[in-house]
Amino acid sequence: MSTKVSMNVNGKPVLADVEPRTLLVQYLREHLGLTGTHVGCDTSQCGCCNVHLNGEAVKSCTLFAIQCEGQDITTIEGLAEEDGTLHPMQQAFWEHHGLQCGFCTPGMVMVACDIARRRPDADEKTIRHELEGNICRCTGYQHIVEAIESGIKAMNAKG
Amino acid sequence: MYEFNYHRPKSLDEASSAAKDAEDRKILAGGMTLIPSMKLRLAAPSDLIDLADVDGLKGITVGSDTVTIGAMTRHYDVQTSADVQKAIPALAALAGGIGDPSVRHRGTIGGSVAHSDPAADYPAAVLGLDATVKTDNREIAADDFFTGLFETALEEAEIITAIEFKIPDAAAYIKFPQPASGFALVGAFVAKFGGDVRVAITGAKDCVFRVTEMEQALASNFSPDAIADIQIGDDDLLADIHCAADYRAHLVTVMAKRAVAQAAG
Repeated sequence: MSTKVSMNVNGKPVLADVEPRTLLVQYLREHLGLTGTHVGCDTSQCGCCNVHLNGEAVKSCTLFAIQCEGQDITTIEGLAEEDGTLHPMQQAFWEHHGLQCGFCTPGMVMVACDIARRRPDADEKTIRHELEGNICRCTGYQHIVEAIESGIKAMNAKG
Repeated sequence: MYEFNYHRPKSLDEASSAAKDAEDRKILAGGMTLIPSMKLRLAAPSDLIDLADVDGLKGITVGSDTVTIGAMTRHYDVQTSADVQKAIPALAALAGGIGDPSVRHRGTIGGSVAHSDPAADYPAAVLGLDATVKTDNREIAADDFFTGLFETALEEAEIITAIEFKIPDAAAYIKFPQPASGFALVGAFVAKFGGDVRVAITGAKDCVFRVTEMEQALASNFSPDAIADIQIGDDDLLADIHCAADYRAHLVTVMAKRAVAQAAG
């Protein structure tokens, strides 16, 4: 049995009929076509599906869409500006080669922005610890950590 | 995942009624364990009662002797609470070591305690700090609460509303995490209340338990040396691909010693 759910996704109100068992990530990808949010493991471990729920990073594979009634969701598609100018954290990943295959990148960037919000003074050690819930199988994390350090500085400078 | 009926009650009374009326209900708090379990079809409730909109289940209250944490209070909120950090720093640190940041943004203390995962962190604090589990119809002492593997004293439709922790003179929680999951292979919560000491161990048996022999030794001499020679038997200890029973038994003593050293320091 489906039920109505409404929320704001990337600043736009959306309304849909979903089954209660529809996960947020399924809703984003399959109903709204926002396929930037990835499903890497489906068991809450890899972090590829991270989005922001009311500004905080959460794993959208471990959340029902119906739980997000009336809430604000931001996905990776919602970070860049309308004219295509990248968000400072995306720009930092670009400049520091913070990705190889790119599969984990949306989750990494969303969590990186969350680290910047909570820990604007985060050093390398803190960033590595904060990435506990994000798995990358390509890079060895070195460039990701460098990108996040740089991205946090850029976000701080932008204010 | 199987289908289910979703309920979003606005009050505790409504939640209790919905839980009682359902054929096979689960209470949805943060969902950090329940939702993965449902995806794996390990759990297949007919009805989910989501507590998200129920008033009065969130928040932290510090009294003269106790810290009371609402059941829907998230790990992140306990971790970053200045009040908890001041009153029971070991509890704030424990909350900050659960899962990862995104999980701590959703996971709740009530959900963790109700689930009684054998490797969960919070049960060690509940038992170690002689807490009281408050529900929608009674209060349950920690010593009576955890009864087995994913089993507690909760009735089928009973809902945890808050956990009341006693404030210790000193306490510490040390765990040996399984590197991939972060769950405790063994975790030790040690708390000192005047001349009494409580030692609660998680990760080693079907559910959290106390080690009275260590508690007695620490009551007269609160130092790691006092328990260095106390080894628990490994007959009923968990054994799995990550850790054999005798190794878990060894870790119990090592983690307890480290917790005492940190609490005493």
